[in-house]
Amino acid sequence: MPKFARDLLFPLIAVVAAFVVGGILILLVGDNPIVAYRLLLGSAFSWPDGIGYTLFHATPLIFTGLAVLVGFRCGLFNIGAEGQLYIAAFATAWVGITFANRSAWILVPLCFLGAILIGALWGAIPGVLKAYFGSHEVINTIMLNFIALYLISYLTQYHYRVPGDPIQETAFIGAGAHIARLGKFVPGLPERIPVNLAFLLALLCCLLVYLFLWRTKWGYEIRATGSNPSAAEYGGISIRKQIVLAMAVSGALAGMVGINEVLGYRHRYYDGFSDNYGFTGIAVALLGRNHPVGVILAAILFAVLQHGGIYVDGFSEHVTKDIVQVLQGIIILFVAAEAFFKWSLGRFGLRRLRA
Amino acid sequence: MRDVFTWSLIASTIRLATPLVLAALGGLFSERSGVINIALEGKMLAGAFTAAAVTYAADVRFGMGAASPWVGLMAGMLAGLLLAAIYAITCIKFKADQVVSGAAINILMLGIPGFLSGALFLSSGSTPQLPKDHLLPQQPWIIALAIAVLVSAIWYVIHKTPFGLRLRSVGEKPEAADAAGVSVSRMRYWGVLLAGMLAGIGGAYLSIGQSSLFTRNMTAGRGFIALAALIFGKWRPVQTLLACLLFGFTEAVSIQMQGAVKFNGEEIPVQFINMVPYVLTIVVLAGFIGSSRAPRALGIPYQKEK
Repeated sequence: MPKFARDLLFPLIAVVAAFVVGGILILLVGDNPIVAYRLLLGSAFSWPDGIGYTLFHATPLIFTGLAVLVGFRCGLFNIGAEGQLYIAAFATAWVGITFANRSAWILVPLCFLGAILIGALWGAIPGVLKAYFGSHEVINTIMLNFIALYLISYLTQYHYRVPGDPIQETAFIGAGAHIARLGKFVPGLPERIPVNLAFLLALLCCLLVYLFLWRTKWGYEIRATGSNPSAAEYGGISIRKQIVLAMAVSGALAGMVGINEVLGYRHRYYDGFSDNYGFTGIAVALLGRNHPVGVILAAILFAVLQHGGIYVDGFSEHVTKDIVQVLQGIIILFVAAEAFFKWSLGRFGLRRLRA
Repeated sequence: MRDVFTWSLIASTIRLATPLVLAALGGLFSERSGVINIALEGKMLAGAFTAAAVTYAADVRFGMGAASPWVGLMAGMLAGLLLAAIYAITCIKFKADQVVSGAAINILMLGIPGFLSGALFLSSGSTPQLPKDHLLPQQPWIIALAIAVLVSAIWYVIHKTPFGLRLRSVGEKPEAADAAGVSVSRMRYWGVLLAGMLAGIGGAYLSIGQSSLFTRNMTAGRGFIALAALIFGKWRPVQTLLACLLFGFTEAVSIQMQGAVKFNGEEIPVQFINMVPYVLTIVVLAGFIGSSRAPRALGIPYQKEK
């Protein structure tokens, strides 16, 4: 079997298998799986609302999927995208509030810089801790997620909330910092749908990540470190530098979620805005087989589910939108245990399909 | 600051530390056998939801009265065990990446309780309220005694029995253990399953001990605090207990303060108190205070040489 077919086949099997297991669960709680899945998947393809919202939901997932991908390619597991995107979103809002009176030509790039730099910085911390102190990035990124959440909760509550506002959110950013919604350029797409220029930025980032990892010296060194650290070191690559670099790039990518959320959507920092984007990014990267094109496809799949979850909640008797998290968990389990499929294929005499 | 240290604070420290101790000691079995356990959070959620749902059913549907929380506790433990079995099969039999499968278990358990409570109780993620007199005992001295017995037992098992020696050996040098005739995968199954049971009990204590119902995402990161305590306690039972008490204390303080602590006239925002466990863990793991060394084979699937 050609490589790209195999790369498509296993994720596809994992998704189908997860839907079968999910379907059994839906049957068990007394609903019709076909009806539930039609609600879950069908709503995403209507124009303009379904497609518009799906692309809006896909935007942060492309960023976090890329973030996890860059880590994986260096042999690192960045579970910290959630914290990185939160702290970067706050930084984006902070820049937009602090320099609110500047013109768009200065303010927008400044806000971008805020999101990217703070994301990179927060990502680089576990990189430095791993490279120079030998502590595991998984534990540190988990801990830094909580630290980021408490830190910005403090900043919002004590310093940047509008007096009297009962909600944990900051003031609005300056109008110059807003980025356009795609409805402004696409005929038939109303501007109330929040998909914005950040979606195009996300696609651009896929291309840039591809070029960075596979066409530059730095990217080569990151991948070499990921596939065989001791060989890389023997070949004269500084593993420490690559680890810090990869984590910083990873954090910067996660941080760009702030651009979508703050500059393109809510125009302020809103506490708790992320719908587990950072963790879904793990699913996106894995299902996308750690390739930028795969990330786009997987992000769109999970965005479809996320959008459809609302309809399932509203229109089915027993099934709630929690089915989305359930499916996501099962998909990752199946992707992680790829050996399970190879094993069962072998048992059913389909050995030719084995990798 | 003086009037902060009251008996009620000590009592609430013990109560809040209990689920952490259970989950962290569970994690200890798993990690000493060489299997990373970032899925403690998911297993606690499984235990918490199942315990509350089963206690409710036992009480209201089957009229089991005061026995119902114990039935619920058993069910919570079994739920943790079931989830651990899934985790163990993917990680040990199919050699999946332990962190990836752990993350999958956590994401799955963000969904399952809401999914089931929507179907069973037509609610959006919580179980019905339980009667206050049909909950697990909460007197601090009973809990303290139970915890002391549990920690001593676990210390004995880990450090003084052949089982404990084998468990630790497959977590440090699986090749050597294998050569000496110890089945690496069997010991790891034990480690992961014990972790699931203890984390399930820890979760059950949250929903039918400290509280009287399950609410959406009620663990709120306690599985990760337990993991932090395990690392802060350097993967040793007694130190882990002390770490859990410390983290239980920070939680008790942050609840008692309802917003802000005054210290030397300055207000300390509650967020900084909440941050303490996470910051300490990073600091200890990096070796800034003493050193914390993980079991050597932690996170590496064992491939038996052919």
